[in-house]
Amino acid sequence: MKRRDFLRNTTLASGAFLIPSFLKPLEAMAMGDISGYKNLVVIQLSGGNDGLNTIVPFGNDIYYQKRKTIAIQQPDIIKLNDMQGLNPNLAALKEIYDQGWMSVINSVGYPNPDRSHFRSMDIWQTGSDANQFLTTGWIGRYLDSNCATCNNPYTAIEVDDTLSLALKGAKMKGIAVEDPGKLYQATRQPFFKQLVHGHDAANLNEDNLGYLYKTMIETYSSADYIQQTSKTYITTATYPQTPFANQLKSVAKFINSGLQTRVYYVSLSGFDTHTGQQNQQGRQLKIYADAVEAFVKDLKQANKLDDTLVMTFSEFGRRVEQNASNGTDHGTANNIMLFGGKLKKAGIYNDAPNLAQLDNGDLKYEIDFRSVYATLLDKWLNVNNSQVLNKNFAGLDFV
Amino acid sequence: MIRPHECNNCKEHSTIFDDKIKKKLNPFSSGLSYLYMTANMKNIRHLYARAGFSLRFEDLDTLGKLSVKEAVAAVFRASENSDPTAIIAGNINYKDFLLANEGTKKMFLQEQRQQEKALNIDWVNKMSSTDAQLREKMTLFWHNHFACRTQNAWYAQQLNNIQRSNALGNFKTLLMEVSKTPAMLQFLNNQQNQKNHPNENFARELMELFTIGRGNYTEQDVKESARAFTGWSFKKDGSFAARPLQHDVGQKTFLGKTGNFAGEDIIDMLLAKKETALFICKKLYRYLVNDVPNNAHIGTMADIFYNGNYEIKPLLQYIFTADWFYTDNNMGNLIKAPVEFIVGLNRQFYITYQNPDVVLQFERALGQVLFNPPNVAGWPGGKNWIDSSSLMYRLKIPSTVLNGGVIEFSGKVDPEDEAFIATTRKQKEAVTTKIQAQADWAKFMNSIPRGTGKAAIAQTLLTAPLSTGITDIINKTTDIKALAIELVSTPEYQLC
Repeated sequence: MKRRDFLRNTTLASGAFLIPSFLKPLEAMAMGDISGYKNLVVIQLSGGNDGLNTIVPFGNDIYYQKRKTIAIQQPDIIKLNDMQGLNPNLAALKEIYDQGWMSVINSVGYPNPDRSHFRSMDIWQTGSDANQFLTTGWIGRYLDSNCATCNNPYTAIEVDDTLSLALKGAKMKGIAVEDPGKLYQATRQPFFKQLVHGHDAANLNEDNLGYLYKTMIETYSSADYIQQTSKTYITTATYPQTPFANQLKSVAKFINSGLQTRVYYVSLSGFDTHTGQQNQQGRQLKIYADAVEAFVKDLKQANKLDDTLVMTFSEFGRRVEQNASNGTDHGTANNIMLFGGKLKKAGIYNDAPNLAQLDNGDLKYEIDFRSVYATLLDKWLNVNNSQVLNKNFAGLDFV
Repeated sequence: MIRPHECNNCKEHSTIFDDKIKKKLNPFSSGLSYLYMTANMKNIRHLYARAGFSLRFEDLDTLGKLSVKEAVAAVFRASENSDPTAIIAGNINYKDFLLANEGTKKMFLQEQRQQEKALNIDWVNKMSSTDAQLREKMTLFWHNHFACRTQNAWYAQQLNNIQRSNALGNFKTLLMEVSKTPAMLQFLNNQQNQKNHPNENFARELMELFTIGRGNYTEQDVKESARAFTGWSFKKDGSFAARPLQHDVGQKTFLGKTGNFAGEDIIDMLLAKKETALFICKKLYRYLVNDVPNNAHIGTMADIFYNGNYEIKPLLQYIFTADWFYTDNNMGNLIKAPVEFIVGLNRQFYITYQNPDVVLQFERALGQVLFNPPNVAGWPGGKNWIDSSSLMYRLKIPSTVLNGGVIEFSGKVDPEDEAFIATTRKQKEAVTTKIQAQADWAKFMNSIPRGTGKAAIAQTLLTAPLSTGITDIINKTTDIKALAIELVSTPEYQLC
């Protein structure tokens, strides 16, 4: 029976308009396997993070030739191998890296790259080709794929006040929760409750009105579940005092409390560094790394790190050669950073970007970003990637 | 579903309404006093929901007496003239700006953002106050059909005015003018489309999204037609320039014909294909009628459009006077776009904002920032507008606006604002904004015709049939102001 038919039939049969009581069996059904419940955390760096000044290819002279004033100098770099090292503002990640909880995939991109922020972000969020326009996001289509828990909006949570396209499917959508307490309060306002409880059977039809009521009722039910579950976990770890760290703190609270969520999504802005890059990017990288360090350690002490995989991406990297304003302009391929307790190949996953063979001054991609998604879908979220990506991508070997 | 005016058991259902009101009223004594909307009023409400941004009580007074045909004529009369937007006084060029003001890049970005904001708010105000509702509604349709982004507000305004002045005119003229705007030429990279180095972006989207749609052309057609548009460019003042030195004058084979085609020839050939009329009509049907397409109705629309040489007005006249337009299944079933939702609320309650940034915050939180479509395919619309958070905001916004509350959301940063964020070192932070908006309650209350029943008030604000839940709300609430706020805070109010 389709879920909406179930909703309607139950309502008709019992004459009961009280939703939470009959949503509960569904939620209970999803509780099946608590152990080994795997989470994916996606971190989006918005604005096009300069990957070359993040994971610095210090072993390549071309890097220093092309970046006369903004290259990171050798003594400052935290070396990972004899070719690449961390920007000093990522110092907090060194320990994580040494523990084998971090991996870097170089030269990730897609054919015919687009250098516009919003278009390239659109491509990354939908998982489309460069000349294709999809109206659903890749995580949204994962929700549409009928996975075991995909019936619930909270299967994918974005810690933010609005929902990104990445989490919107055709049938199912994730839920944006900046603050579970506030969301709970909002859904318990008397008038809202009256709407939730006062609807009639026809409000749950397959039409647009039915869709609106269904979304409202699910929000009501999810807000309760997220609030009641997450409040059972008291965070003891200390996090930096930044909004971004706060968002990761919420994610850790959700995970550590045992919330039945498979995908979390957070973003950090401020990477469009056309001018004065060193300071601006340095600041953002420090915010990022300090928060990620606290997050990974928090998960570790709660024994959840083995069940968690973190992926950080940006919509594009930047041009290899710096510009005249001590910044960099929009480029193409970029690195992806992964964190987790169960990485199959920790460390640097593949060769450093090739700075000698450029495409009109830009890095050539070696790995399609959808192969990274495919790996996450196949091996971590247990759904066939072609179902979500619309064609099959060969996976990688990082988990 | 209880639809009291047409049910078989009206007596029983009518008892759920306030007895006092019932006694006071005799629906037959005056043309305007009514407990429920008449079938004709509902048709007119539907017309105003689709050909405009909503019906107001003040409109009921005059329109309630008109036949649908007369009301349609009135809708077109009100939109006869096009009133161009002129809020952006001139083109700011980066280099000139730096010279003239001894400015910095940061100042330039700030100026650009100010202009984008001003243009956006100006349009929302126009939609919220104009009598030419149909013209603005169609401008919004073309704004989405020819979805385009530019950081130059002067170019954006120019494109918007072209879409406005041709909104009810001829599609060929509209398409030709749009294709020659700096905004579109820049957006789809036609500046880089030169002889020997063709850039296919414009040619591809012209076919895929603006005219015949996917499946009706080949990759070779894209390549060949791109050559026809080589040299299409613009001057510094924003006027079109065909640059002969960059134009490829060779033979091109397009849609099975061979010749030395120019861009204009390609557009003519695309319009000669019936598929173009069908493609536009299908989109228009989803915008004005129903998001589930009816191929028979769309087919008739396409015949009228194609045979009428792509005149838009007769096509719209046909839709708004067709019997099928007024059937129950086509009423109250479309999900309002965020801008339609905001504008409808503004119009119905005569809202003024002391801090217009609030309107932009609404647009961001609800997922439709004017002039910033997600990509060249535009906003997907329909159910895509609604997720948990956007619905919660929609249910909350009316009471905060009408009751002078606060909002605590900021919405997503537009990716194109990243450079600005990087230069100003702005961090994402919780935003609490006082709405500072005023509804003109006196005007609202005075506009409700004397003796209007609470159910009829609900039917004016909500186009969907009144469910038992809504009926409960109507019964429980005695204060009309409170009732109005409650009614516009429901899922039903999201529909038009």
